[in-house]
Amino acid sequence: MARAKNSGPSQTDVDMTPMIDVTFQLITFFVFTLNFSQAVTDDRVQLPMSQLAKPAEAPPLEPITLQLMSNGKVIYAGEPVSLADIGGYLENEKRVMIAASKEPDTATVIVRADGRSRTGDVQELIKSCQEKGFERFVLRAEYDDRF
Amino acid sequence: MAAKRPSLADKIDINMTPMIDVVFQLITFFMLTLKPMITEGDFDIRMPLGTSAGAVSEDPLPPIRVRMTADADGERTGLTMNGQPVAGFDDLRRRIVDLVGIGPGSNADATEVELDCDPQLKYTNVIEAISSVSGMVQPDGTVVELVKKIKFAPPKK
Repeated sequence: MARAKNSGPSQTDVDMTPMIDVTFQLITFFVFTLNFSQAVTDDRVQLPMSQLAKPAEAPPLEPITLQLMSNGKVIYAGEPVSLADIGGYLENEKRVMIAASKEPDTATVIVRADGRSRTGDVQELIKSCQEKGFERFVLRAEYDDRF
Repeated sequence: MAAKRPSLADKIDINMTPMIDVVFQLITFFMLTLKPMITEGDFDIRMPLGTSAGAVSEDPLPPIRVRMTADADGERTGLTMNGQPVAGFDDLRRRIVDLVGIGPGSNADATEVELDCDPQLKYTNVIEAISSVSGMVQPDGTVVELVKKIKFAPPKK
């Protein structure tokens, strides 16, 4: 049985409409879930969980985020620094603040410590900050919505 | 001059390729920048200068001392409040509620809690203790605030 020969150039028309619909839905989803917050996070630190760790209404004005890993190293500007050396970096922070005519005691030190780290290391970190004149501290925890 | 009226058979072909290219680029960008959002919250601790040296607090009430001991691995072995043994963090919260009361007439604002921990204690215990003393989640999800003033005892060597 001979097939009928198509006359002229044949073109298969693919209906693009459903694909474009789905694609725009996807774009909309990703745009809305985009996180614009400038919060400092690091996968090397696993925060402890707490049901009461509700996010603050307003972020602190002069935040200094210090992240303590479970091995006792502090992540400062993305690099692991030993706890003994953090004082020098804090001195820099203090000098930068004073150069911008801000007092160090207006800064809030955000302590993002790993849940497995030693409490003594957290206290030592706080003490190093106090020695440089920082006195506002918050301890950061991950909000636990399990009941 | 009359324009030629397009007949229905003349279909205008829009070239979709550039648009789809751009749209896929956008999707790829958003997918790669997607970060799972984890809600994080802060606990205030009061560590003004001088208190680590054992300065006298201006609060009328003496602080509630919460002591946590730990074994060599950092696991919590003991929990006491003002020297009395406490069964766990829920028990600690119950005792704090008994002590400061809730609702009007509560003296939670005037109360301070001092955490005294062994240095090798795992930090997650500290956050649990702070959660226990700083608030209580009701069954309907609302939070009753308890003690807001929390500080660390001077570290032991």
